[in-house]
Order: sequence, then C-alpha cells, then structure tokens
Amino acid sequence: MHIHFLDPYQPRQSLIHAMDGRVKLILAVAFILTTSLTPMGAWAAYILLSALLLSAELLSDLPLGYYLRRAFLVLPFILAALPLPFTVPGQLLAEFAIGGISLQISTEGLIRLISIAIKSWISVQIAILLTVSTPFPDLLQAMRSLRVPRLLVAVFALMWRYLFVLVDEALRLMRARSARSSQHPQGSYRSGRSIAWRARVTGSMVGSLFLRAFERSDRIYMAMLARGYDGEVRTKPLPPLTRAQWVGTLIGIALLLTILIFAQFLSLLG
Amino acid sequence: MLFSPMPMHIPDGFLSTAVSIFLWIVSILIIAYSLKRVGNELGERQVPFMGVLAAAIFAAQMLNFTVVGGTSGHLLGAALATILLGPWAAIIVMTSVVAIQALIFQDGGLVVLGANLFNMAIVGVAVAYMVYRTLYRLSGGKQWGIFVGGFVAAWASIELAALACALQLAASGTSPADVAVPAMGGIHALIGIGEGLITVGALAFLYATRRDLLTAGESSATQGKVVWGVGLAIALLLAVLSPLASAYPDGLEWVAEEHGFIETARAPFYEIIPDYVFPGVSNEALATIIAGVVGTLIVFGVALAIGYARRKRQEA
Repeated sequence: MHIHFLDPYQPRQSLIHAMDGRVKLILAVAFILTTSLTPMGAWAAYILLSALLLSAELLSDLPLGYYLRRAFLVLPFILAALPLPFTVPGQLLAEFAIGGISLQISTEGLIRLISIAIKSWISVQIAILLTVSTPFPDLLQAMRSLRVPRLLVAVFALMWRYLFVLVDEALRLMRARSARSSQHPQGSYRSGRSIAWRARVTGSMVGSLFLRAFERSDRIYMAMLARGYDGEVRTKPLPPLTRAQWVGTLIGIALLLTILIFAQFLSLLG
Repeated sequence: MLFSPMPMHIPDGFLSTAVSIFLWIVSILIIAYSLKRVGNELGERQVPFMGVLAAAIFAAQMLNFTVVGGTSGHLLGAALATILLGPWAAIIVMTSVVAIQALIFQDGGLVVLGANLFNMAIVGVAVAYMVYRTLYRLSGGKQWGIFVGGFVAAWASIELAALACALQLAASGTSPADVAVPAMGGIHALIGIGEGLITVGALAFLYATRRDLLTAGESSATQGKVVWGVGLAIALLLAVLSPLASAYPDGLEWVAEEHGFIETARAPFYEIIPDYVFPGVSNEALATIIAGVVGTLIVFGVALAIGYARRKRQEA
C-alpha cells in the first residue's frame, strides 16, 4: 500500500508494528525525556538506553542501516556544539597552536560535546522508529487520546491528507520551471539571471501554489458541507487500553525510570 | 533532509530539559489562545482552510532557487502566512507545519518541539505581524507598503527566530553565546534576504492576480493589537539580549550553571537510595562495564529470540 514517497511508514509484520499507537507514543516521548534528563557523561546510562533502542529496532523487522542512515539528519546541528571543548572551563586535555592562536581543549567540554551528540543520536532514532512503525492516522488517534486539542488534531489530519496533493503540485511547478529554463551542458555557466530574479520567479511559484491551495480549500469546504459537515469534528471513541497494554507501558516507564535514577546516582559519585 | 530549509529545527538533546519544558508551557498557552481566536473568526471553515494552507506552506518550503555553488534558498513561510491569513491563523498553520515536520520527518525533536514551535510559529509570526503592520500603516496603505513591509517582515521573522534559537542553545549550555549568537544571527541575516525576496515575489504575484486576498487581512487587523505588542516586546527583548549575551557569555553560562545547581540540589533525594540497589555503582568504571555487559546481553537475547521465532515461522 504505497501512498507517496514522502510517507515514512514501512508496513511490516513485527511486534513493534503491532503495538498500540498510544503505547508507542507515550514510550517514545518517555524515552526521549529520560535521555534528556540523564546527566552529561553518564556513559553507563547511554549504553543501557542504546541497548533498549537497538532491541526495539531489531524487533521492528527493518534493517539497522535504515535507522543509522536516517539518523544522520541530526549531524549538521552538531556544528552548534562544536566550540564547547574550547570554551567550557575545566581540566586541560590538550593544547594546539594554529597560526599564533592557542586553542585549549578541556575534558569537561569534550565530555559535554560527546554526550550531546550521543543523546541526540539516540533520541532521533526512537522518533524514527515511532514514525516508521506507526501509520499516521494511528498517531493522530494517539495524540487525541493524550488530550491534544481535537481541533488541532483535525487540522493535522486534513493537512496530512492534502500534503501529498500539494507536494505533487509543488513538484509539478518545479518541473515546469526546469522545462522552461536552459542550462549549459558544462554546468559551470550560471543559468538564469541574477539571484534576485531567480528568487522572484520562485516567489511567483509560491504565490501560485498558495492561490491554488486557497481555491482548493474552498472546494473542500463546499464538499464537506454537501456531505453534512456542521463545524463539529466527530471521531469514533478509542477502545480503552487492555490490561496487557497497560502492563507493557508501565514496565517500559519503570525501566526508563530505573536507568534515569541509576544515571543520576552515578553522577553524584563522579 | 530535503525539507530542512534552514538549520533552525533543534533536534532532541540540544536543549536542557528545563529550557524545553518552560518553552513547551509558553507555546501551549499561546497556541491554545490562538485556537480560540481562530475559532471565533473562521467558524466552521477553519479545519479545511488551515489544514490545506498548512500543507501548502509545507510544500512551498520545497520550492527553491540556486544561489551559489550548490546552495539554495528556501522559504520558511511564517511572514507570508501572517500577511495572508492574519496572526492567529498563521500561528496555527505554522504550528501544524512545525509539528508535522518533527513528528513525521524528524526535522526537530519531540521534547524540544515546544522550543521549535516558540521560535518558528510564535516569534516568527508575532515579529512578522508587528513589522508588516507598522510599515503598511506608515505607507498609508500604498503599494510599496505591502512589498517593503513584506520584505522586512520576512527578514525580521527569520533573523529573530534564529536569535531566539541561539539564546536557547546558550542557556542550555550547548553552545557558547559569544559563538552561537553571532553565527546564527549572521547566517540567518543572509538566509533572511532570500526569504524576503521569495515573499515579495509571492506578494507581487498575488497583488496582480487576487488583490482581495492581500487586503482581506485588514479587517481583522483591529483585533491584532495584542500580537503587535507581543511582536514588539519579543523583537526588543531579542535585540537587547543578543548583543548582551554575546558580549557577556558568562551571563547565560550562569543560567546553565543554575541548572547544574538544581541537579546537585537533588542529591539528598538520591542519597535515600541505598548502595545495594545498583550493585557496582560505587565505582564509575565498573558501572560502565556492567552496563555494557547487561546491554549486550539484552540485545543478544532479543536477536536470538527473533531468529528463533523466524525459524519457527518458516517451519510451520
């Protein structure tokens, strides 16, 4: 059931896929929160969290490389934390002199940089696992059961439904532009006019995309009215969580809490 | 990924928990109020209208133009959405865009989503509204007011959202303020020009084809005084805080230290837990080794169980 190249959901017959969306959403957020709360340099806790993550990834019946590749997404942001080893005061680890400027690397700063990298690396993978194993409508239902305002969930749902239509529209606009633009085969010659001109062309494309969206939303509204829409968002109530689902959620949270307390305890000694 | 127009979507792990939770609370309050206002203004039309426009903003972020050597300019869209839809609807539309980007495409984290919503949906919209309304009024409703206002509003929304992002990173102890603020501010001052140019292009297109859409936002302008004030307050605060923080990075360092202080204040709580709860915990190196062994055993056990189940399924 391929929907669109944008949809990250990967249908499989695995334990993780079979889990209830609500349980998965709660556990994924709890996992990221735990990771966020563990102190810097709590290597033991990072190892245990990674073990949980790896086990879940193995259970999801998707190749590990898939997660690793998509987790590279956070890599560019590491740039923001790169200066830490040079600025955080602490024990001197190494000293460089490049062109008369001496750079000092502190152990504390380096620990902080590596910890931030590991934390974001683990967190993004659990988020990937969540979206890869849960169809978006299930996630929406999970959000609703977690008290996200009904109206906001309804807007998310409609946005999701028309996302693919409008992305296709945007891709058609881009194809039309490249069909009308010449390009030198050597590539080193700039095609098109000045940057401001190219930006304006893109602006016109954005404007026409907006206009089409406006008109489409009118048509959708009319179609909804014709089918009895009265402004009220009605949804089928979700079945309550079974006892097994409750137990699973609680075990997961207890595990994460244990790791968190363990990590805090460890950092007090250090 | 191809949908990340600019390095402004903070991933999980880059903000301290205290900063993340504080910004979640602020964002939830503002978004809840915006939902109420939008409900009054749009009535039953709001769900299809905002859903489709959020999808349009998401799609519009894919439209790019080459700048120099492989880099390209994109749109964030906060300013354009504000000018076309008014501030309250723009907050909801941008909230939907940022939330879906985080949930589905991991563009930005989940625990830090509150901060990302604050930067892109709230700071971006409030500042754009304040700048656009001010310049539009100054022009006396003339044509240049729309275009100059649109350009400056788009630039300011990007720049101030980036400064807010840099200050949050500095307050979390993730990036020193004297590096983060000038770097983020500098890069986004350039990116903001691209945003401004695209926004003006879009406004020019709409001015030529559907002028009524550009003036439709005016009727609700009388109710936008709060947003105007909030936008001005945010802009002033960031304009004062950013140079101050980069001149005295120790100030924000101090905030980060405060979090450390809160952590040590929790010490008595953990002293209640006796040593034998976590065997080997009294030695950090030993604890790490034990964690490694336990972790390996868990993963190994799961892998074995999966292999066993798979074989069984094949036999059956």
